[in-house]
Amino acid sequence: MIQVEHLTKQYGPKTAIADVSFSVEKGEVLAFLGPNGAGKTTTMRILTASMPATSGSARVAGYDCFDHPIEVKRAIGYLPEVPPLYTEMTVTEYLTFVGRLKGVEPERLPGALDRTLEQLSLGEVRGRLIANLSRGFKQRVGLAQALIHDPPVLILDEPTVGLDPKQIIEIRQLIKTLAGSHTIILSTHILPEATAVAQRVVIIHEGRIVAEDSQDQLSARLRRSEKVSLTLKSPAPDTRERLQSLPGVLSVHQEDPATFLVEAELGHDLRDDLARFAVRNEWGLLELKLVTMTLEDVFLRLTQEEAFSLPSPLEGEGQGEGVSS
Amino acid sequence: MSPISAIVRKEIRSYFVSPIAYVVASVFLLLIGLLSFLAVATASNRSLQMLRGQGSLPDLNLNDIVFRPVFANMAVILLLVVPMLTMRLFAEEKKLKTMELLVTSPVTITDIVVGKFFAAFTVFAGMLALTAVGPLALAPFAQFQWEPLLTAYLGVLLMGGLFLSAGLLASGLTENQIIAVILSFGGLLLFWLFGWAGQVFADSAFGKVLSYLSPLEHFEHLVKGLVTTSDVVYFMAGIVFMLFLTHRVIESQRWR
Repeated sequence: MIQVEHLTKQYGPKTAIADVSFSVEKGEVLAFLGPNGAGKTTTMRILTASMPATSGSARVAGYDCFDHPIEVKRAIGYLPEVPPLYTEMTVTEYLTFVGRLKGVEPERLPGALDRTLEQLSLGEVRGRLIANLSRGFKQRVGLAQALIHDPPVLILDEPTVGLDPKQIIEIRQLIKTLAGSHTIILSTHILPEATAVAQRVVIIHEGRIVAEDSQDQLSARLRRSEKVSLTLKSPAPDTRERLQSLPGVLSVHQEDPATFLVEAELGHDLRDDLARFAVRNEWGLLELKLVTMTLEDVFLRLTQEEAFSLPSPLEGEGQGEGVSS
Repeated sequence: MSPISAIVRKEIRSYFVSPIAYVVASVFLLLIGLLSFLAVATASNRSLQMLRGQGSLPDLNLNDIVFRPVFANMAVILLLVVPMLTMRLFAEEKKLKTMELLVTSPVTITDIVVGKFFAAFTVFAGMLALTAVGPLALAPFAQFQWEPLLTAYLGVLLMGGLFLSAGLLASGLTENQIIAVILSFGGLLLFWLFGWAGQVFADSAFGKVLSYLSPLEHFEHLVKGLVTTSDVVYFMAGIVFMLFLTHRVIESQRWR
């Protein structure tokens, strides 16, 4: 549905994106992940055929973005980072205008309007001025304008930025319901968002793609060892040394008096051995879990030369996956 | 419905949901009304004086003593009010980031520019139509020729169109509406003064070029009832050129 090949965009001497290539299949949700200024918006603008690239090519729904901009624009629903709202209009007036602008035939417009209002639960505010709506509703109206002409492709630039947690969940839920029937690219710098809604993640940093894969594959590719977190009720003073002596164990890090982070060779799952060892020694096994790399870890590892102030440490705890007892 | 008509409708609507159209039209009509009253009052005084002097009603030409001064002054008022009609057309879209909706919709930049121009022109023409109340109110009581009056209206429409297209260009250059007003007012005044400068250098080819570039002379011909192809072409070409420049400005902003 979307093919991007060797896309480069320069603003004067500054290179915004360099040699960016990726593709998105029909019905797929792709997250474009990167810090602010990484080139996400530039790539999206090129894909919406509203900005020409310096070199390379981008095709959407079979049309080249440069040669057939009108066809590309017809196939795309775009939600920019700041929703483009005419605040002096009511929701209905605004969506009617956008429908006309996007070439929805007059006889189909009322139906398209009702479908979109229903899809985004905007029925209760349809007669209200956009200026008087809450931020969450404004974002939904922004998403509605992207959907009014029922495009096969949706491009959403930071769709949840500035929303409260409840609104974020609502918008993510909405994106999930749209997936499958629509091909979606969304950009975000909020890392859990990519995992929450997308099947595939493209990590862009300083205008270049540094990784492209599913989140699991990315974590697996970047994982250099298996880590297991072990929590004991009554560890002995020499527990750390004894764990270290187990076959396959590379290192043991005592995180607090009761919790040990055991690192093993890649491909060597220690959970079974550790469980039996703890029970045999009567240390009181409370919890045993495989530590996986979170997207934060992946992201930071890939872009570690940048000084990000993110809460999760590079080699630290990730999301738990495993058994607890 | 074509995308252009969607843009025209949306822009016309925008004029009337904000106070701009009402304020501009009120000020314009108030000034035109006052001007018309003063012109009629002056004509009335003069005819009374002549009646006293000659003992009979003089044969005064209302076209010359009432309408021509009104239209000449209307041109100056246009210079002031037209930039206010055009200032927000692009500047506001850029400021509020709604331009992104227009440029990512399946419409061309020509559609956007032409749509906005027609909307402003429609509002302007509507405003101008209301000034016809003056001649219509005078018609039962006075005799005058309608033809020069119609050519004068054609002149105002053409000159208004030229000013609107220049204002649209100014609005395309910035996202600040105040700067758009100042740019269009300054630019229009500059072209206006070309007429004067043309008289200063009347003997040289440069002077003739300056005179030709000023809208004033072309407008005066139309107000006198003289419709020539060259004057109409001047205004039409000026409008097309300004819209073309606006198109280039908006197009170039896509690259940045």
